[in-house]
Amino acid sequence: MAEAAGIAKSPTGISGFDDLTLGGLPTGRPTLVCGSAGCGKTLFAATFLIHGARDFDEPGVFVTFEERPVDIVSNVASLGFQLDKLIDDEKVVIEHIAVDPAELAEIGDYDLEGLFMRLELAIDSIGAKRVVLDTIESLFSAFSNPAILRAEIRRLFDWLKDRGMTTVITAERGDGTLTRQGLEEYVSDCVLLLDHRVENQISTRRLRIVKYRGTAHGTNEYPFLIDRDGFSVLPVSSLGLNHKVFEERISSGVADLDAMLSGGGFHRGSSILISGVAGSGKSSLAATFVNAACQNGRALYLSFEESAAQSVRNMRSIGLDLETSLNNGRLKFVSARPTFYSLEMHLAVMLRDVHNFKPDLVVLDPISAFLDTGDRLEVQSMLLRMVDYLKNNGITAIFTHLMHSQDGNVATDAGLSSLMDAWILMLNREANGEFNRELYLLKARGTAHSNQVREFVMSDSGIYLLPPYLGENGALTGSSRRAEEAKMRRGEARRRAEVARVRGQMEQRRRKVQAQIVALQAELDADEIELSAAIAAEDDYLAQATRDRTEMEGSRKAVADDHDA
Amino acid sequence: MPEHKSTSTRKLTLYVAGETPRSLSAVANLERIVGEHFPGQYEIEVVDLKKNPKLAREHDIIAIPTLVRELPVPLRKIIGDLSNEEKVLVSLRLEAEK
Repeated sequence: MAEAAGIAKSPTGISGFDDLTLGGLPTGRPTLVCGSAGCGKTLFAATFLIHGARDFDEPGVFVTFEERPVDIVSNVASLGFQLDKLIDDEKVVIEHIAVDPAELAEIGDYDLEGLFMRLELAIDSIGAKRVVLDTIESLFSAFSNPAILRAEIRRLFDWLKDRGMTTVITAERGDGTLTRQGLEEYVSDCVLLLDHRVENQISTRRLRIVKYRGTAHGTNEYPFLIDRDGFSVLPVSSLGLNHKVFEERISSGVADLDAMLSGGGFHRGSSILISGVAGSGKSSLAATFVNAACQNGRALYLSFEESAAQSVRNMRSIGLDLETSLNNGRLKFVSARPTFYSLEMHLAVMLRDVHNFKPDLVVLDPISAFLDTGDRLEVQSMLLRMVDYLKNNGITAIFTHLMHSQDGNVATDAGLSSLMDAWILMLNREANGEFNRELYLLKARGTAHSNQVREFVMSDSGIYLLPPYLGENGALTGSSRRAEEAKMRRGEARRRAEVARVRGQMEQRRRKVQAQIVALQAELDADEIELSAAIAAEDDYLAQATRDRTEMEGSRKAVADDHDA
Repeated sequence: MPEHKSTSTRKLTLYVAGETPRSLSAVANLERIVGEHFPGQYEIEVVDLKKNPKLAREHDIIAIPTLVRELPVPLRKIIGDLSNEEKVLVSLRLEAEK
């Protein structure tokens, strides 16, 4: 149990509180728990004692000055503790110290040795390590000499310290002081303040560590819960910016959206904001994330507007079967109206659900619902703590946010953008008498992503995204996009027909020219035939002439030969 | 002064814790007052809780010393060393006269 700081600590077993104080209450020292009536002091003390006796083998003495032992047993039974059994097992002793001022007269000097002796007896009877004094201040109404009482209370605390008792002392909150009787003067080790505030008719319990000697502790107020699961404190604001970082990608359930991100999806542990005006498809997109997460993990859907049954029915219309996941325990649906608890309480309840269910993905739908119930800063701080907690646990978070206008102003009401790793902007734009949904990936930290506005189409087979029509008249969606596309198709057809026509003409001309070529060739051939006929005739003539001359010469020679002879 | 001599003996129990000066003075004061003002009316028993601490719980004793008078009803407890004789007298007589 010993911490680095050197102070030994006794765990209280109160979930969250032991983390907050790095181990619990200071061992062997008194701790003062103060607060106004009904803020849970007695339950805190009882939980500390019972956990000690049951889980840490540290028997305890519960000294009650107000409530009767039977009442205490039945009170803690409502938290699921079986105190009577611990009493039977001699792990816990309840010492009831009742003082009735009516039957008491004070004459002269006295001390409270009787109280010490009874306490000692009770401690020794079970070997107690823990003591609860609830509420020692009632002694002030029984005894009229405060000087004696103060001296005795101081002596009692010292005595308990000497005996090494880890003690919880409860005290009523006073006006402007921590306790009505100034008991904080005597307890220097650890002082806790419990608070129970009602704002806007919504109550919140808060715990603050006023002082804890030897331990670094947060000075913030931490919300705490008292319900059937006992007492739990949520040390959410003690978290820093040292989140784990994941390279792993998760699918959004919309393939087209994943494709818009380089790497194929969002980083695991991201906080993703889906913002948009009413009816832009925020919840549907969130549901596809849930559905994708449920394929091989668990998802927690925290809805502040719809019931589980309603969401299941609605999502069926876009082809998402959430019912199966609900039935096989992969999906848990928690519905609560924002006004049901205060912000702190919501946070506390949500964190407890997350802690118990251990989902891979959490959806808060919608966070804007809180803005009506609380102050902006408070909402922001609550969400910050939620984001931090989820991030620290590697849980992907989806927040939907209802925007009231989309006129170029993309700031969210709660000033959330800086908290978010990714921001999907859903638009619902009117053009030519119809509204069309559009999706834009406004930011995605650490991931290159498309800068295009996509048309967001919900069909009964799921959600898909269409790249927008980027024509001369800007990006178009919906029927104007279809009209533009039809226009383009018509133009295309026209151009095709024109080309075919020109091609036909060409072909015809080609054929005509070829025919002419054939005719001319024929003419040429005819001329050539004529020419060769003429040449042949000339050759015949020349041959005949030669032959004739030869014959002529022959006949002439014969004559000449006779003459010579 | 002793108007009620006829009343039967009643018991006064004085709880102390060890022989502290305060306890001793309470015993002495009580014995003196009873002896002077209520002779024979009260029987005094001194219980040392150090010897039997369980009695503290049994009789619901917190302050030391405590003087308990169980009868006549109602039960009456006087705490302190009984150093103020007047007050002790008032306390005991008022009850006794009822």
